[in-house]
Amino acid sequence: MNELDLKAVGVTAINQKLYKVPRDSNERHWVIRNPMGQHAIACGLDGPLAVDIMGHVGFYCGGMNKEAEITVHGHAGVGVAENMMSGVVWVKGNASESAGATANGGLLVIEGDASSRCGISMKGVDIVVGGSVGHMSAFMAQRGNLVVCGNAGEALGDSIYEARLYVKGRADNLGADCIEKEMRQEHLEDLAKLLERAKMKHRPQDFRRYGSARKLYNFNVDHADAY
Amino acid sequence: MDMNTPRTPPRKSATFDDYTLAEIRRAATTGIYDIRGAGAKRKLPHFDDLLFLGASISRYPLEGYREKCGTDVVLGTRFAKKPLELKIPITIAGMSFGSLSAQAKEALGRGASMAGTSTTTGDGGMTPEERGQSKHLVYQYLPSRYGMNPDDLRKADAIEVVVGQGAKPGGGGMLLGQKISDRVAQMRCLPKGIDQRSACRHPDWTGPDDLEIKIHELREITMWEKPIYVKVGGTRPYYDVALAVKSGADVVVLDGMQGGTAATQEVFIEHVGIPTLACIRPAVKALQDLGMHRKVQLIVSGGIRSGADVAKALALGADAVAIGTAALVALGDNDPHLEEEYRALGTTAGAYDDWHEGRDPAGITTQDPVLAARLDPVKAGRRLSNYLKVMTLEAQTVARACGKSHLHNLEPEDLCALTVEAAAMAQVPLAGTGWIPGRGGY
Repeated sequence: MNELDLKAVGVTAINQKLYKVPRDSNERHWVIRNPMGQHAIACGLDGPLAVDIMGHVGFYCGGMNKEAEITVHGHAGVGVAENMMSGVVWVKGNASESAGATANGGLLVIEGDASSRCGISMKGVDIVVGGSVGHMSAFMAQRGNLVVCGNAGEALGDSIYEARLYVKGRADNLGADCIEKEMRQEHLEDLAKLLERAKMKHRPQDFRRYGSARKLYNFNVDHADAY
Repeated sequence: MDMNTPRTPPRKSATFDDYTLAEIRRAATTGIYDIRGAGAKRKLPHFDDLLFLGASISRYPLEGYREKCGTDVVLGTRFAKKPLELKIPITIAGMSFGSLSAQAKEALGRGASMAGTSTTTGDGGMTPEERGQSKHLVYQYLPSRYGMNPDDLRKADAIEVVVGQGAKPGGGGMLLGQKISDRVAQMRCLPKGIDQRSACRHPDWTGPDDLEIKIHELREITMWEKPIYVKVGGTRPYYDVALAVKSGADVVVLDGMQGGTAATQEVFIEHVGIPTLACIRPAVKALQDLGMHRKVQLIVSGGIRSGADVAKALALGADAVAIGTAALVALGDNDPHLEEEYRALGTTAGAYDDWHEGRDPAGITTQDPVLAARLDPVKAGRRLSNYLKVMTLEAQTVARACGKSHLHNLEPEDLCALTVEAAAMAQVPLAGTGWIPGRGGY
């Protein structure tokens, strides 16, 4: 294990240190101390590292991550794991808005609550939220899975494309073109795997599934009221 | 009535002219607004309304073909470790793969590289053809983040955070289903054949304070090497430029309402935003007020067509210009030799703007493999290079006549205006007078 003190060296030095770790290095485990809510910590990582951040982080922690497994031992600011390509970003606390925005792959786990726009424009990521998500979550969500073990805020899945949404609690305000869908066996199995990966102890049968009605996929003036 | 009695001739309304009447009928028939490509087509105050004064007794000209007139420009000198060094101050604006064919994107890269300048990706990501043929490639970072990935980000030579564009400031985009090929769908992570909306706001930042943090993230990921541009549509240029500078931009791209789009509503193109000519002086003033003129570079786009336009934009304080529509025309868009096919589409060469329908006979604004194959990227790239070189020669001709040994030495004092409107917007005197509207209290 290698330790980096952000207070002593700053964000840029830490990120560049992590960028330069050779892919075949044995120094895979890194601990970042004193993150102090700074922005862009461990963004753009591109290799199989394990990074533990011991405190709260600001905007865009783990942004564009590839392969790395990043754990935030605190709360995360706006855009945690935004545009993640692969790997894991795990937030022990709560996350601010736009968590997992536009992310293409990997797993984002938020043990607490996530704020508004969680999973906005997600493009293939799997997101599991232990608590609730705020308004406009999964807005224009294209692909991937969003699992919410608590409640979903207003306009869940507005203008959603092909992403799958699973909510255990209330989701009584759906966005344009988002509807409740049948929970088939394949969905129960997928959800069980997601919950297991996120170490969340919930029964898949207690969730409901939401997705796109696909009525807004091609512009039709008869649906103008939905816009 | 006696045929010899004078009659009032039929008189059409200036308000309800033929175009307006046709549009009312079209709307009544279809129930949908008109969508099209390109930029504003209405008559606007523009660079044509400005003239260069040239040298005389009070100014000393440079000899054409003999005395050097520099054209190079360096973009991104503020923070980037590796600013872009271009031979000419005419760049290629962002246009997406998806709206354009892969052949067209490759041709843009080839032409720009031959001329020593940069080209720009668009909504939809970076194609290998484009990267491979572009010596200097600017990677657009858009609200949709279609095709956005850190590998391509690091392959880019500069990054352009797109806040807006001149054709539709405040609007997102729409790539209609008929242009969504397998490849486009795969790059954008969406099913084939559905309309692909591009968001009007970025998903993970709002306002200049957040933008500053976003730019910081992009700099971290690219090791502080690459210039970061911020592109805005022309609306409130003074404030937008000031806020872009505050947010940490190396370069500001300012796109007036003549700037083109692949597709949006006609009402948006013609009624939102301000002309390019009206954008430049407020933008330059913002940079000057902040002490950042020439430190943060300004790229102006929207209706740049000739070396005269380039010279005028630079004289008003821009560091470089970008061309989009003109570049497509250079590749072969709207060429009269395709007139028969344009007529079959219900239009005519020079007016074809249904770029969103994907039936472009020139093979440029299409994803149809048969149509796209019509465009030879090598020949089209050569045409673009020729055009860029001509524009540069024209700008140099004008600059030498004004006694300037570099295009960047052109200044507002070299200009006068033909109309009161242009004089007010460009803040140069009405020709033959010393009057600059708005100056001196009147």
